[in-house]
Amino acid sequence: MTRATAVRPAPVTAPATAAGTPGRPGRRLAWRRSTTPLLLVLGWELAARSGLLAAEKLPAPSTVLATGWRLTRDGTLLTHLLDSLTRAGVGLLIGGGLAVLLGALAGLLRIGDDLVDPPVQMARMLPHLGLVPLLIIWVGIGESLKISLVALGAFFPLYFNTYAGIRDIDERLVEAARTCGLGALARLRHVVLPGALPALFLGLRLAIGAAWLSLVVGEQVNAQTGIGFLMMEAREFSQTDVVVLGLLVYALLGLLSDVAIRIVERRTLTWRRGLRAS
Amino acid sequence: MASRTSGQLNGPLLTATGVRRRFGATTVLTGVDLRIAPGEVVALLGGSGSGKSTLLRVLAGLDDEATGEITLRGRAAVVFQEHRLLPWKRVADNVALGLSGPDMAERVARALAEVGLAERHRAWPAELSGGQAQRVAVARALVREPDLLLLDEPFGALDALTRLRMQGLLRRLRAEHGFAALLVTHDVEEALLLADRLLVLEAGVIAEELPVDLGPTRSPDDPAFGALRRRLLDRLGVPAL
Ligand SMILES: Nc1ncnc2c1ncn2[C@@H]1O[C@H](COP(=O)(O)OP(=O)(O)OP(=O)(O)O)[C@@H](O)[C@H]1O
Ligand SMILES: [Mg+2]
Repeated sequence: MTRATAVRPAPVTAPATAAGTPGRPGRRLAWRRSTTPLLLVLGWELAARSGLLAAEKLPAPSTVLATGWRLTRDGTLLTHLLDSLTRAGVGLLIGGGLAVLLGALAGLLRIGDDLVDPPVQMARMLPHLGLVPLLIIWVGIGESLKISLVALGAFFPLYFNTYAGIRDIDERLVEAARTCGLGALARLRHVVLPGALPALFLGLRLAIGAAWLSLVVGEQVNAQTGIGFLMMEAREFSQTDVVVLGLLVYALLGLLSDVAIRIVERRTLTWRRGLRAS
Repeated sequence: MASRTSGQLNGPLLTATGVRRRFGATTVLTGVDLRIAPGEVVALLGGSGSGKSTLLRVLAGLDDEATGEITLRGRAAVVFQEHRLLPWKRVADNVALGLSGPDMAERVARALAEVGLAERHRAWPAELSGGQAQRVAVARALVREPDLLLLDEPFGALDALTRLRMQGLLRRLRAEHGFAALLVTHDVEEALLLADRLLVLEAGVIAEELPVDLGPTRSPDDPAFGALRRRLLDRLGVPAL
């Protein structure tokens, strides 16, 4: 009943940190799992140094790191990073907030289900990144475009998981709460919300993944700031190291946000540890 | 919906008259009349699908679509066949669900002590055995100091040994607190061990009522117990071996 359900597959090819990590290998094997990545980076470095890889095609990892350090020290990276983060945050807040609200409405009330769910089901068939041309016509190429894209990307996974999370709650638990004298509001707080929380977390993780992806696409359309802008500008001047750096930053953002959610999740859902142990 | 009153008169604790419930075309309860006196333990027997759980839900006020009249003087609490503890609340918080007041923690601790689980108050429901979880469910009902305990096959999912212990526990708690109880059960021996009166639900009505005059200390070895058991099994359509 508390099984979190991914109603919609992650729109991003989820990184290795995504749900359902296949059987975690013991610490003993950790070194073996990091061998190939390390070798690849080493090979990359050597290939770039020896001139096998042209610097304008793919600069050495050390060069990318040096560029990162330079841009960090002069503050450029931070400014753009903050702009990107703001867009992601605002979009996530709008899209995610709306998703949780509508998902709860559809999940809790029959009338909400009848009125809200059909249009959402229809809209999910549209690839939201394909909406860019239409969005440009509607909201222009400014900040609203980026935020709309992020909000759209975040909306669907959170909506579906909120909905499924609420629907999956065991009716018998709600009934038991009723016999304990809990009113509708108290049942919402003590039964529905905690019961739907695992699904909400899963939705949030998928939503954040979708938000980053939307941001990457959005920031390539006439951005004046942001990591995406940094990359597009660098491409014009053939600063491949900055382009690669931008990619690295995007990847790190995705990784960090996922780890952060997982930590919060583990803290909040302590009761599931007992469940797993049994 | 069945009209529910909380009368203040003397007399029966629970009175139900003309309780009817249908699911689509099938009428499960066609007019159940039922009275339970204060402190009385009544066992409700009946074949599978005869509507015992349905009736219990109506009496507990959980069924909004039943019709009939139900008067309950006092508080009722329910123990279901499955423990129905909230997995995300620790044992003590499950017991405390819906309670308020300054002495709450103390009452919860006392209720848990009564079912022998005082030291497990910090455990998660998933960490408990089936019998322990069911005891917590009993504590959750007890802590409300009910006048009437509604029990829907509360020990049905437990192994035979645990079931015997739980029956003993229920008997002790009953003697201590003097609550009345309606015990839905499949188990004829359980009914004879615990109840003052037996009801058989059949074809949507209470088809048979049987007092159990076996005294406070009962044993299945008692010949009177055996006779009553045989009679009941005949009534339920179970042939003698
Ligand atoms: N929500 C429901 N919708 C439709 N039919 C139902 C519903 N609940 C119960 N019934 C029907 O009502 C009848 C009585 O069910 P109930 O659960 O009360 O039986 P019971 O006497 O408790 O059986 P058991 O001893 O097996 O628990 C059954 O035929 C069942 O199919
Ligand atoms: Mg039943």
